[in-house]
Amino acid sequence: MGIEKTQVEYLASLARIELSEDELELFSGQLEKIVGYVEKLNELDLENVPPTSHTQNLKNVLREDTPKKGLTKDEALALAPDRQGDYFRVPRVIESD
Amino acid sequence: MGLVAWVAQNTSLVFCFFANISFDGAAFRLLFSRTRASKSYCHFAGLLLNSGAGTSFLRKGNQTFHVEERLKDVCRLGISDLSSLIARGGLSAVQAAETAIERAQSNQTELNAFVSIDEKGALARAEALDSLGVDARAGMKLFGVPIAVKDNICVKGGRTTCGSQMLQRFVSPFDATVVRNLTDAGAVIIGKTNLDEFAMGSSTETSCFGPTRNPHDTSRSCGGSSGGSAAAVASFCAPCALGTDTGGSIRQPASFCGVLGLKPTYGLVSRYGLVAFAPSFDQIGPITRDVKDAALLLSVLAGHDPLDATSVDRPVEEYSRLLDDDVAEIKVGVIGEHIEAEGLTPAVKSTMNDALKALQDIGASISQVSLPSLEYAVAIYYVLGTAETSSNMLRYDGVRYGHRASGFSDLADMYRKTRGEGFSREVKRRIILGTFVLSMGYYDAYYERAQRARTLVMRDFDIAFEGVDVLVGPTSPQQAFMIGEKVDDPLLMYLSDIFTIPANLAGLPAVSLPFGKDADGLPIGVQLIGKPFDEARMLRLANALMKRNCSS
Repeated sequence: MGIEKTQVEYLASLARIELSEDELELFSGQLEKIVGYVEKLNELDLENVPPTSHTQNLKNVLREDTPKKGLTKDEALALAPDRQGDYFRVPRVIESD
Repeated sequence: MGLVAWVAQNTSLVFCFFANISFDGAAFRLLFSRTRASKSYCHFAGLLLNSGAGTSFLRKGNQTFHVEERLKDVCRLGISDLSSLIARGGLSAVQAAETAIERAQSNQTELNAFVSIDEKGALARAEALDSLGVDARAGMKLFGVPIAVKDNICVKGGRTTCGSQMLQRFVSPFDATVVRNLTDAGAVIIGKTNLDEFAMGSSTETSCFGPTRNPHDTSRSCGGSSGGSAAAVASFCAPCALGTDTGGSIRQPASFCGVLGLKPTYGLVSRYGLVAFAPSFDQIGPITRDVKDAALLLSVLAGHDPLDATSVDRPVEEYSRLLDDDVAEIKVGVIGEHIEAEGLTPAVKSTMNDALKALQDIGASISQVSLPSLEYAVAIYYVLGTAETSSNMLRYDGVRYGHRASGFSDLADMYRKTRGEGFSREVKRRIILGTFVLSMGYYDAYYERAQRARTLVMRDFDIAFEGVDVLVGPTSPQQAFMIGEKVDDPLLMYLSDIFTIPANLAGLPAVSLPFGKDADGLPIGVQLIGKPFDEARMLRLANALMKRNCSS
């Protein structure tokens, strides 16, 4: 199937990534080629084959909920691109009237 | 600007990373060279044998380097021998670390194998080891052994960049479990190695720090994504390194650089502290120069970890223990689809013939097996792998750590610009592809279909392993390609993983052995694939095969 530039633009908006005009052009051509290759999978009869998401037969691995010390607030906030007190600072999310 | 209550109370939410040579000390003259501009291509550990010298050559672009044979022998000192030499006081841990660091630094301009070299930290750690008494040294399997760690594995207090602008200034607040295992065993981490950005690539060219070059020919790729680790071991900067393997990222660079790369069974080694790429495939494993070293390192790395929910609770084996046992009862299956694949270079074909002959010589029973679904492995992988990538990469939002763009209009714009600037093209391409295969209208046609096809691959392996114990084939269809040769054609690059991906799809252990060289001296790897958690048998066969290869 073909992948139009507008479709790549839509996917980029879903993935929250800004792409340049050049990247949109480039990716639409490349993705078309890759998706074309992946369509090999249509040759397979998979009707009665269950999907695999994981190779280990593990289910709901739980451990005791024991309190223990983790990183301190300062350690956790040390890498924040923008910080105010004990908070990560981000642009306004809730619109004012 | 307003404030959102991103209170840093639960740090696990804040940082959501997934999670032979025998010798006597007296037989060596210790010559500890501090000369940075040493012309010898390998002087690891600064040890010189008192034996006579011969000369061999290593190619480097158009130049040729003279290598003294006596040095080369010592450079091949196994980590077990090196560890016991240091533990017995025949060499100090500081001397070993200094030599490795000096070597890493002096190779950096040519090879670019490292993202960071931690001279201060490594020497402090080595000094602490040197101050330990005899009793404390006992039982530390890697006492004073220098090791390089791929830069997507967290080492506390140092940068973990993943080769990405996004994490260029990220300093890890904790150690990965494998790093803790290594340091508990007495290893000294000398630095972090270069990789494709977030381990996405097969050539170490997508790193924001530029490509790592192949020590056998610096105009060629070292493979990837663990290219820095493979190049560091191949150029004798360290006797061993850690890599990670999602679709072949340990084995393919090992093949290109002429070293050994082992991807353990999925679940055998904890991934806590590994920066996730595609979590249903990712595994950490050793890159070494021989089987004995890989076995020793694996027994240090393996083990259940409550911090990685996919880590399997089973006793750790001593993989070195039975390495020399007989291999005559091991049944080997030659993967027909791989050995007869189109596009194998003549040198790879000839190396495979040598490997099959060596297997006959050591008495293994050989038959050819067919796994028809392997033809679809690359297609399955690039649907499932990119889907997992697109989901994983969402954590890089410029809020809690990593790059944040400037000049945005609102929160959504901050995300878009941060991610647009922070990721390189390969990562963006995979995120977009992953978003596509998971999006409405395409999920069933691509994602779920690939998951079903993955089941077929696992079934084919199950059937093959009913009749044989270990599978054999080439690691890569070709020798190291040129830097720049494939980087602009993603599909061509993806297809270079055609033989390594199947083991990741089925979670199986696999190892690439440095088995041959082409006429130009470029290394060629042979791959063994084992049954789940059957590393011991796979490594036993590997050991016998390598011994036979050395003696023939």
